[in-house]
Amino acid sequence: MKHIKTINKANLKASAAKGGCGKCQASCQSACKTSCTVANQKCEREA
Amino acid sequence: MIHKFKINGYNIVLDVNSGGVHIVDNLTYDLLENVEPPFSEKCPETVLKKLSKLYNTDDIKECYDEIVSLYNDKILFSEDDYEKFAKSSVSSPVKAMCLIISQDCNMRCKYCFASTGDYGQGRKLMSVETGKKALDFLIEKSEDRKFLEVDFFGGEPMLNFEAVKAIVEYGRKREKEANKVFRFTITTNGLMMNDEQLEFINREMKNVVLSIDGRKEVHDYMRPLPNGKGTYDRIVENFKRFAKARGDKEYYVRGTYTKNNLDFSNDIMHLYELGFDQISVEPVMADPKEPYAITEGDLAKIFREYEILAAKITDILDSGKFINFFHFMIDLDQGPCAIKRLRGCGSGNEYICIAPDGDIYPCHQFVGIEKYHMGNIFDGTFDLDIKNEFASAHVYSKPECRKCWAKFYCSGGCNANNYIYAGDIHNAHKLSCQIQKKRLECAIMMRALRMLEKAE
Repeated sequence: MKHIKTINKANLKASAAKGGCGKCQASCQSACKTSCTVANQKCEREA
Repeated sequence: MIHKFKINGYNIVLDVNSGGVHIVDNLTYDLLENVEPPFSEKCPETVLKKLSKLYNTDDIKECYDEIVSLYNDKILFSEDDYEKFAKSSVSSPVKAMCLIISQDCNMRCKYCFASTGDYGQGRKLMSVETGKKALDFLIEKSEDRKFLEVDFFGGEPMLNFEAVKAIVEYGRKREKEANKVFRFTITTNGLMMNDEQLEFINREMKNVVLSIDGRKEVHDYMRPLPNGKGTYDRIVENFKRFAKARGDKEYYVRGTYTKNNLDFSNDIMHLYELGFDQISVEPVMADPKEPYAITEGDLAKIFREYEILAAKITDILDSGKFINFFHFMIDLDQGPCAIKRLRGCGSGNEYICIAPDGDIYPCHQFVGIEKYHMGNIFDGTFDLDIKNEFASAHVYSKPECRKCWAKFYCSGGCNANNYIYAGDIHNAHKLSCQIQKKRLECAIMMRALRMLEKAE
């Protein structure tokens, strides 16, 4: 495309279908303790 | 829903529901101000006429076709169909625990949310017995979760280090019996750290958070000793020693910025220049009456400062060096699943806090708030109504979050900040939201440009 460059796979919807296993880190524990940023956590689902 | 923004000369468009990120030219940016679904086959004449003052008509038509193509591919203006998942947000196993191992502190930080360490409840230490009982409670409530997180928190945990050691030792024994893995972490102010303690922490802790605010004058002003003297010189030496011994294992230096240092990018750069390359620095959360509290009037300066910080970090990365700023970390391809993003940190549901006397709270910031006292590990009480309230506190049950573009990134924000500063865990704390959104825009922009460079 000339005007728009799509950067990523845009796979959020696909992630819902097989998501929710709960194995990932509780997001407050890592380095904040006073806010909540979930999007920087890793998915820990085993393939 | 889409969200578009301009930062440091780039036009970014986020498709909220697919997670799609697009870098666009000025024409697309302006065209998206004027068109939305349902799309007609051709660009509407009124739009053509309006934009033809600025752009070539053929280019506008071409750009319109690109927008429609992405819409048809469901990566622009894609539908929000996540609410059905939110409705099934029910109580989950408990997998993370904060232990207030020391309700006492050897610093007197002016902004401490725990009232200089005692949570307004008097100074006390957690016993080894209570810590062991807490681990047993966590194992029991964790059901099929294998990885269990336990954070030693305070006050200052090193004031009760012998208990930390005994509880970790107990955890290592119990995890084998119960087929679990404990991931211990600790948050410390760095005043006490001898070689033996350092060796233990490096061996046993998956992550370590070292509290330091940045430049000496900034740090010493907010983080003094009880006698009023500064702490910077003592802790920097300890933290440098720690970081050297830590090697490749995970740690963060973590600071707080206040109204007194709205030029906080200089503090982050100071921490980097000291040799720390994994950095988390956050805005203070405080009663607006406090002189150091951040208020609405500070936001323009704060937003600009995050842009400056983004540019500084980009320069470091471009020079081939490493730096990781926690709140700019984002993975646009392999981040957490959408289900995780609906409900945030898990406080009160997957994550709980145990106070020194065994009392259970939704998280460390709720300690001492009677309304959310969930029970006690010694008498077996555990209020499932409160647990359910937190389990169902997701982005679709929070009115302001439902319509917010950032909902899949902050996941409804901090329930404690919502309760303390906005009156209800379901009410967004607007000041936090605005800062969070700016950080996210910077993070998305920085990551998108990296990905674009790689692709090209």
